[in-house]
Amino acid sequence: MSKEKNWKEISLAAVPSKSSVSFLTGDWKTYMPNHALEKCVKCLTCAILCPEGAIRFNPEHGQVEFNFSFCKGCGICANECPAKAIAMKIPEEEE
Amino acid sequence: MSTQEWKFTAKDIIAKPDLFLPGHRACAGCGPATVLRLILKATRGPTIVTQATGCMEIVGSIYPYTSWALPWIHTAFENAAANASGIEAALKIMRKKGKIKDEHVDVIALAGDGGTYDIGLQALSGAVERGHDFLFILYDNEGYMNTGIQRSSSTPIGASTTTSPAGTAIPGKLEKKKPITEIMLAHDLEYAATATPYYWKDLITKVRKGLEVKGPAFLHVFAPCPRGWRSEPSKTMEYSKLAVESCVFPIWEAINGKRQLSTPSKVISLAPQKKKPVKAYLEGQGRFRHLFTPKNTHIVDEIQQATDERWQKLLQQCTSTNP
Ligand SMILES: Cc1ncc(C[n+]2csc(CCOP(=O)(O)OP(=O)(O)O)c2C)c(N)n1
Ligand code: SF4
Ligand code: SF4
Ligand code: SF4
Ligand SMILES: [Mg+2]
Repeated sequence: MSKEKNWKEISLAAVPSKSSVSFLTGDWKTYMPNHALEKCVKCLTCAILCPEGAIRFNPEHGQVEFNFSFCKGCGICANECPAKAIAMKIPEEEE
Repeated sequence: MSTQEWKFTAKDIIAKPDLFLPGHRACAGCGPATVLRLILKATRGPTIVTQATGCMEIVGSIYPYTSWALPWIHTAFENAAANASGIEAALKIMRKKGKIKDEHVDVIALAGDGGTYDIGLQALSGAVERGHDFLFILYDNEGYMNTGIQRSSSTPIGASTTTSPAGTAIPGKLEKKKPITEIMLAHDLEYAATATPYYWKDLITKVRKGLEVKGPAFLHVFAPCPRGWRSEPSKTMEYSKLAVESCVFPIWEAINGKRQLSTPSKVISLAPQKKKPVKAYLEGQGRFRHLFTPKNTHIVDEIQQATDERWQKLLQQCTSTNP
């Protein structure tokens, strides 16, 4: 991998060169969404309102899936889920 | 604007890849981050975004990373609209000279409330007056959040910020929120609207309508900021909803000056018993915490009264322009 340029070496208009998908923000979280598949009605509200785009619908599995590499544990999904299918938990607390 | 309204489902929105990508550095529970994801779901073809500095510009472009999966140009704090004018003019001449394909390119200018109500207003007013074909999207988190929660002319009365700190001298900001969308409407825009992400379908539809307009369009998106509002990150969308339900931020659109309420606000106009007290919206937000002490409760009453008056005025404007 080439060395990153410092601010004096870059041209006047800086061009960001890497997609932020290689910058994982998932380790920011304290709480972790715990998704109860059997309660989920697949309305996709969580996936639409998540600020991270960390929730997807996987057509192969026919299910909503969480990407914990990006989820920051804000709890919006749990707060908005009409089926109460998401609970926020501190990972260590899970047995 | 096309006469056929674009119809879509939640599935369609999720199936369309995000153009504002994960890995951005916004705080957990950031309302504007959801707004950015959602507005880009409304793109209809080649699109260029230009953005004034502010939280949403910073979090998506920390060198060498970018969260933008479409052409995106950062600009200074004051000139998102001037940049959009230049982009649109450049596209026109390049198309004319055959330097680019003869196809339409949508131009979106994005700015926060600081970059719109305050420092960006002259550039915005000029670009709209010149009639450039672009959509200006204001994400309004009611303060200069990126630089440490300073008050802007969008910050509402009573809110505590670092430059309107609630204490013995003042009970939070003394001045009222500037009616930015009214100011924009006075420019005789073909399309201006207000929206908020809890009502995501409404928001996405309005972005598409704004893009379809041939000429300038303005969209005011109310976007709760848990960091600056000192609110629970999990409640961001709840405040987005409560703002509409309490008529603190009604959602409506004006097509060629004809105003109409959008469904969630219309429901409240038809069933006024559904209108929530402003207290339900204010309490729980740390920036208003001091208002719930005995010496300040009169301010809550004043906010209620001012909110009711604004709502009544809006109802009149809707009937008078849309009999
Ligand atoms: C001319 C100029 N003045 C001040 C700044 C510093 N500055 C950067 S972002 C910002 C606040 C932006 O506020 P807003 O537009 O509301 O966006 P937010 O951060 O709240 O999302 C300020 C004051 C600047 N970049 N340029
Ligand atoms: S909001 Fe709840 S019910 Fe809807 S898809 Fe998400 S987890 Fe399932
Ligand atoms: S907790 Fe927040 S970031 Fe994580 S999936 Fe839910 S909404 Fe997205
Ligand atoms: S300060 Fe507010 S607007 Fe800025 S990134 Fe954090 S939550 Fe989002
Ligand atoms: Mg702001």
